[in-house]
Amino acid sequence: MIGLSNIEKRFGDNLVLKGVTVTLDEGSVTALVGPSGGGKSTLLRCINLLEIPTSGSLRIGDETLAFHPGGKVPAKDIQRIRLQTGMVFQNFQLFPHRTAIENVMEGLVTVLKWPEPRARERAMALLEKVGMAEKADAWPATLSGGQQQRVAIARALAPSPRVLLCDEPTSALDPELAQEVVDVLGQLAREGTTMVMATHDLRLASKIAQEVVFLDAGVIVEKGPASVVFDNPERARTKRFIASLRQEEAQKEAGSGV
Amino acid sequence: MPHWLQLMLESLPTLLWAALIFTVPLTLLSFALGLIAGLVTALIRLFGPKPLVALVRFYVWIFRGTPLLVQLFLIFYGLPSVGILLDAFPAALIGFTLNIGAYTSEIIRAVIGSVPKGQWEASYSIGMTWSQAMRRTILPQAGRVAVPPLSNTFISLVKDTSLAAAITVPEMFQAAQRIVATTYEPLILYVEAAALYLALSSVLSALQARLEVRLNRYGGFLEANA
Repeated sequence: MIGLSNIEKRFGDNLVLKGVTVTLDEGSVTALVGPSGGGKSTLLRCINLLEIPTSGSLRIGDETLAFHPGGKVPAKDIQRIRLQTGMVFQNFQLFPHRTAIENVMEGLVTVLKWPEPRARERAMALLEKVGMAEKADAWPATLSGGQQQRVAIARALAPSPRVLLCDEPTSALDPELAQEVVDVLGQLAREGTTMVMATHDLRLASKIAQEVVFLDAGVIVEKGPASVVFDNPERARTKRFIASLRQEEAQKEAGSGV
Repeated sequence: MPHWLQLMLESLPTLLWAALIFTVPLTLLSFALGLIAGLVTALIRLFGPKPLVALVRFYVWIFRGTPLLVQLFLIFYGLPSVGILLDAFPAALIGFTLNIGAYTSEIIRAVIGSVPKGQWEASYSIGMTWSQAMRRTILPQAGRVAVPPLSNTFISLVKDTSLAAAITVPEMFQAAQRIVATTYEPLILYVEAAALYLALSSVLSALQARLEVRLNRYGGFLEANA
């Protein structure tokens, strides 16, 4: 289980998260949706401590960590939490000086100190899972965006995290390449991978997520099952936002002639 | 055989010997040590505590802002006045190392800064510590970008080692000067010395080109085609 309790995040005078409390079940897929600047990415980055929350507490599995304004979190605690999480970035962020399989092996070899043959074996299995086995020895620069993102997903999964965090995993991709990433994430969801994804992509969210959290101006406006939030939202604010996303999507499709 | 060619051939072993036991070791040692000094200095400037940052900025300011020849004279001729007496070769080595350290620290600082922030985050996200991220992700990518500017510094250094002649290091240029003193043929000997420096730096340029090809095999940073 992942629990965020009263998480606040302040950048200078700017309070980006205003006390967010949410619980995510093991095996569930949650989409964080909401307007840009609403705090989706920040919330996601607070789960693996790329941003340290100003206050509140975080629980992942058996690890719990509380935050206090001005308090310094020991590197060891940060490490403990990060090893329970994997992250997929909007711009993939593969290591360009390592091949696809080396990217996936990196965390196993450098962080978990696995022997190389064992790491290679697991990395290969993961590349197969994301359909990138035949590109195992390719340099990232020679891969398409969709392929890079699939390798990045394998890299994030390598240390068997409890939760996979995806920060706009498809928004740097054109629709066709986005589809291959959506397919991979959908397969992971069916296999019971716990996921939290910040996304603008309704297709991604509605296909994969069971739970939707609508975040605006640093607070949770509405949360619930995907079918309810997308098709029958309670709050007017949510309704407006979903409608605008739908419109955007329709325009995009009309524009690209699909 | 014309006189000039005969003189060049006769003096060649002496010059090559001086290059082999002074010019080349002085260059390699001071570059290696200077690179370490530059890396430490750059890391302090990027990540160190404020007082240390001020100290290393002062160091870079002094050694980039004063002539290398003057630095060598201060170390070799000046320091004895305060009781620090150094042999010529160590004095030259210290001078070149400090000078190279100041220049390369700026290069290293810039190339470390040029690696996209997302690479740090990707490293952290798979559980790496700061030093693992630095060693495994940032420095290899920064190193690739650093090769051309560092090669510049290296090639300048090979030629600048001739300044060590002024503090009595018997390196290649001083060997040429000595032969001139007995043969009175400055044009021939100095052309020969110049040609040897040119040969040395040409070898380095060729090595640089090969290194760049090797390091470029994976393409550049990925942000451009993200």
